[in-house]
Amino acid sequence: MKKIAVKIDDLTVAYNYKPVLWDIDLEIPEGVLMAIVGPNGAGKSTLIKSILGILKPIAGSVSIYDKPYEKQRQLVAYVPQKGSVDWDFPTTALDVVMMGTYGSLGWIKRPGQKQKKAALEALEKVGMLPFKGRQISQLSGGQQQRIFLARALVQNASIYFMDEPFQGVDATTEIAIINILKELRKAGKTVIVVHHDLQTVPEYFDWVTFLNVKKIATGPVKDIFNDDNLTKTYGINYKVSIQE
Amino acid sequence: MDLLEYIELVFTDYTLRTITLGTAILGAVTGMLGSFAVLRKQSLLGDAISHAALPGIAIAFLITGAKDTNTLLLGALVSGLIGTFWIRGIIKKTHLKSDTALGLILSLFFGFGMLLLTFIQKQPNANQAGLDKYLFGQAATLVESDVWLMTMVTGLCVIVLLLFWKEFKILLFDADYTKTLGFNTKTIDILITSFIVLAIVLGLQTVGVVLMSAMLLAPAAAARQWTNSLAKMVFLAAIFGAFSGVFGTAVSASQNNLSTGPVIVLVAAVFVIISFVFSPSRGLLFKQIRFIKNRRDLELNKTLAFMHQIAETHEDISHPHTIKILNNFQGYTKGTLQKLVDKGFVTLEGNMWSMTKKGYSTAANLYNQQTNDDE
Repeated sequence: MKKIAVKIDDLTVAYNYKPVLWDIDLEIPEGVLMAIVGPNGAGKSTLIKSILGILKPIAGSVSIYDKPYEKQRQLVAYVPQKGSVDWDFPTTALDVVMMGTYGSLGWIKRPGQKQKKAALEALEKVGMLPFKGRQISQLSGGQQQRIFLARALVQNASIYFMDEPFQGVDATTEIAIINILKELRKAGKTVIVVHHDLQTVPEYFDWVTFLNVKKIATGPVKDIFNDDNLTKTYGINYKVSIQE
Repeated sequence: MDLLEYIELVFTDYTLRTITLGTAILGAVTGMLGSFAVLRKQSLLGDAISHAALPGIAIAFLITGAKDTNTLLLGALVSGLIGTFWIRGIIKKTHLKSDTALGLILSLFFGFGMLLLTFIQKQPNANQAGLDKYLFGQAATLVESDVWLMTMVTGLCVIVLLLFWKEFKILLFDADYTKTLGFNTKTIDILITSFIVLAIVLGLQTVGVVLMSAMLLAPAAAARQWTNSLAKMVFLAAIFGAFSGVFGTAVSASQNNLSTGPVIVLVAAVFVIISFVFSPSRGLLFKQIRFIKNRRDLELNKTLAFMHQIAETHEDISHPHTIKILNNFQGYTKGTLQKLVDKGFVTLEGNMWSMTKKGYSTAANLYNQQTNDDE
């Protein structure tokens, strides 16, 4: 039996009165590349944000390797949605990637040569080294996404949470990103991705969670990625037989 | 009064020196902090805070009965902070948008402040006159101790900025991510907001409640046009702010004592206008020039690409063709042809043109250039 990387118990989140997530129990085994799928408003981003403590749940607890999340922050890295920040901010690509080192530095201490080297390596990994000095607004959407990915890579975490990393990127970038994710898995890391494109789930991921306010199903893609679960999650009769 | 005379006066005249120093320091500190307000899209926050400070001034006077500047400013600080945290509370607890919350607190506090001011004016107390100078500010009332206070706050502000630079930067750029790294974003936020409140309160005596927010925004907006680095932006904003103070004071002193606060704000506005028009990368002027140049280049490239198509069909790329053939193509003018000759891409002989090697290879790589123009 594999170790459990992330364990979520009874997680409930609500804005106003309407629950966005209802009583989620979820165990994510170590070393999987997992997609979270579900319709718009299913609470996919909310789930990630609640796990990471960005949103405060009404009830429930999150543990990372059997300890509360607050004590295990350094094991976790986050790639937010690209649209969540203002890209006209006066800074460079390298500088954004350096931000990934701030957590390990802690308060007041400044990044030095070691941090810069790590950031440059991460930029190299995502193929963005030639753009390190660019003002971030002058990068394309795909390049901005790679910068966010590099920023998370710098954290050298064990578990990666990514919110729609493929949103609005071209085919080349998508392949580049998925290759990096697969490399992470190969290195024994756990990667959790909010994903929209159902067609690519079997090709990219080995683990999947169906979510629509409640958890519908979770498990290996080959066992549970079927029309039945898709129909339960999306509410319509899902007839694209992806299994074929 | 000519310039030299004025400069000499700044160094010799106590009042003028105090005012010049005071407005310069004030401009510097508000410029610095204003950069953060602008980048957080909280431009209106400064306006709300300065208006929220007014009732504090009135209440401080009512309690002490004295017009001691420091006491009044302490009152302003307290009510400014209360206003700020109300705004934060409203945004957090209700579903009102931040502009609504800002507008609400701004008018509520300002209205209450005005009410108190009129109440005070009706009091049979000889001491009350002059409180309304906090509405538009009166730089002439600055004394040396005020300047010292400003210097101390500015120094403290610089130290805090240097210490928490990386925390401020990351919070401004991506607050959610900052949280996941384990930083207490609330602490950083309160720290930076408190300094903004402090800077605004310091400026009330000089620039006044109504115009204070311009001191926060104008230097920062101008500075943003010139640089893509946060550090340089904050530094430039401080410089712009300081110069607004110095120039504003100079204009006001040399022009029959025009009210200093508004003049400083106008000078800062001039910095903004110049920056918006003349900044090389973001300014309107150079943007327009670049736009026109790009269009011309595109026309030229279209013609060149067309010639390349024709030349391709011949073994000898420099085989001459008649100019008439280009008439079939609409982008062609005599001017563009001449420009291509000037660049050495084609040669002309009578009615015939032929492509040079240089022109041929340039045309072949015309649309590949985007991929290799990286630094």
